Amino acid sequence: MTNMTGAQAIVDTLKKEGVTHLFGISGGAVLPLYDVLYDADIRNILARHEQCVAHMADGYARAGGRPGVCVSTSGPGATNMVTGIANAYMDSSPIVAITGQAPRAVIGKDAFQEADIVGITTPITKYVTQVENVEEIPKTLRTAFYIATTGRPGPVLVDIPKDVQTSVITRQVPASIKLRGYKPRDDPHPIQVKRAVDMLVTAERPMMLAGGGIILSHASQDALKLAELMTIPVATTLMGKGSIPETHPLSLGMVGMHGTYEANKLILDADVLLAVGVRFSDRTTGRVDGFCPDAQIIHVDIDSAEIGKNVMIDLPIVADARKTLRELYTLVVRKAVTNERSPWLSRIQQVRDQYVSEQRDDNPGLTAPKIVGALRDLLPRHAIITTEVGQNQMWAALHFKALAPRTFISSGGLGTMGFGFPAALGAKVAKPNVPVVDIAGDGSFIMTEQELATSVIEEIPVIVVVLNNSMLGMVAQWQRMFYNRRYAGSKLKNSPDFVKLAEAFGAQGIRVGSVDEFSRAFQDAVASDVTTVITVPISPEEDVFPMIPAGKALKDMVLR
Amino acid sequence: MEGNNVQSYVISAIVEHKPGVLYEVANMFRRRGFNIDSITVGRTEHKDQARMTITVSGDVYTIEQIIKQLNKLINVIKVIILESGSMVSRELVLVKIHTADSKARSDAIQYTNIFRGRVVDVAPDSVIVEVTGDSEKIDAFIDLSRSFGIKELARTGATALGRGGKVIRE
Repeated sequence: MTNMTGAQAIVDTLKKEGVTHLFGISGGAVLPLYDVLYDADIRNILARHEQCVAHMADGYARAGGRPGVCVSTSGPGATNMVTGIANAYMDSSPIVAITGQAPRAVIGKDAFQEADIVGITTPITKYVTQVENVEEIPKTLRTAFYIATTGRPGPVLVDIPKDVQTSVITRQVPASIKLRGYKPRDDPHPIQVKRAVDMLVTAERPMMLAGGGIILSHASQDALKLAELMTIPVATTLMGKGSIPETHPLSLGMVGMHGTYEANKLILDADVLLAVGVRFSDRTTGRVDGFCPDAQIIHVDIDSAEIGKNVMIDLPIVADARKTLRELYTLVVRKAVTNERSPWLSRIQQVRDQYVSEQRDDNPGLTAPKIVGALRDLLPRHAIITTEVGQNQMWAALHFKALAPRTFISSGGLGTMGFGFPAALGAKVAKPNVPVVDIAGDGSFIMTEQELATSVIEEIPVIVVVLNNSMLGMVAQWQRMFYNRRYAGSKLKNSPDFVKLAEAFGAQGIRVGSVDEFSRAFQDAVASDVTTVITVPISPEEDVFPMIPAGKALKDMVLR
Repeated sequence: MEGNNVQSYVISAIVEHKPGVLYEVANMFRRRGFNIDSITVGRTEHKDQARMTITVSGDVYTIEQIIKQLNKLINVIKVIILESGSMVSRELVLVKIHTADSKARSDAIQYTNIFRGRVVDVAPDSVIVEVTGDSEKIDAFIDLSRSFGIKELARTGATALGRGGKVIRE
């Protein structure tokens, strides 16, 4: 490690952390770093906007389960990344962001392309630090990866002044990282586990609420095993989608504002709710006093600050989801409990039958649910769906059945329009052998559509399905429902022509007018080695249902 | 989640003594909507650690959240609540009291003595008095000083330690 420059030390440490790809854009304050990357066997994927390098790293992390790394220059490069970092923070995604910074001598003097990125990202990162001394680079970067990936994962930003990158390291790297203020707890408390089992065993109408934490801790198998052993139906949050196969008889789908009929109805009946790796966001709970009002809540989360933050908890377990589910399973097996669930199962069937009788398809034309619904049969089990934000996202959540964890990737907390496309590119880099599809709206896609250049030039083929209603669809839906159809600031009026746009970037574009046409175009797109944008004109008047109106409780669900 | 019993709590936090940590802590309070009544920061017996004494008011749920959110910060090493019965809390105030004449001055000095304070500066028409004590005592002295007229005032906010032999360890 002697006689390396700071920039060489960055690349050396990244390689020791197992980094094979990074998403980044060069610039003045990272020139030394990129000069080293020129010869390094780490592939830099050159994006076209720094917001997207963070989203790509995020999508890479969510799809592959390994931390994503993104790089930008100082000042505007760094501030452009802010949305992507905030997005990763809200959804607990492990990314390491490296930013260049003005040289130390001019920091604080409003130097060219200087921005206080440490100050700016403090509230939206798990940890952020500036490297003030070249000797600290290996330790700081290793610490960044450790913090990003352990406990509750999250983004970490390391800001490295340009002259630190060019300084020479003389000392050896310390072997271990010691963080006296960071000791993530992993193991569930045995007494809490025993209490949880007692509650679940005596419950008549138990339900599991599976969140993103199950996916992050690789606990899907364990969640399903416990659910099957105890015959517990499973609802998910948006982030938990895919944690258990949604075609499983015990799967109820997503709960919340645009949750499924059965999940939203049945959670009101539950007497014990086993909530694992969830944070009870307002989009999940609706009005808090109307969220599973009759249930005692067991809350398993690795972040103790989530316990009691939004809803009152009867039994907290601060631990890793997988470890907890395994211990619950073991204890239930040891007790040799058999659960009589036939009244609860018949209630579930009754609600499902109700929904079938409530449903009617009164739109003979091409609708978003029909397109999204067709996708499952066109894709293998491990294909990855990403979504943008708004109606497209909720249609995808409602009508696409995820069968495996890490196959449904969506901006849950921050609700970032423009996330889905760069996230799809990141996911494709992590999983090059499965089809990756961004379910998009026209409003969202145009926010990051310049990454078509990245996908073409870097040869990362994905499929973008634009559900094109020429509106900011979800905004328009609210304006229809609550603002007397006054479409202020939401009419996009059919621009651009997405076919020509795709072609301008060297991608393929196609417009389809029926489900059959869509299926054919989609199959061609899956087979293609170039990114394809399929634009599907749909009615600007189409709404997403079911829906819990804002500020209302789950019982106030409306169906049309 | 709002309880009704709003109370004052004293939080003692051992943190990394390095630039930006005060910002990080203060920023967490701001963004989560918690209010700081007072905050004092200084180095501890270890040169790389600082102690923050933070006085906050809120209900029990809010305080629990504050403690948990503080614990989440990587640069925060240890956080405890100091219970009012089992801690020593001290604050220091400097009050520049208007002393219009020699009678006012001698009265002011007399009050200062009763409060076990010290006169640390004298000018023709004012004195600066230093008083140390718990916050109630400081409040009482300030109230008393108003009868003379307070020209200006600076108080530090409370700093505190738990009583007895126990210490906060990382």
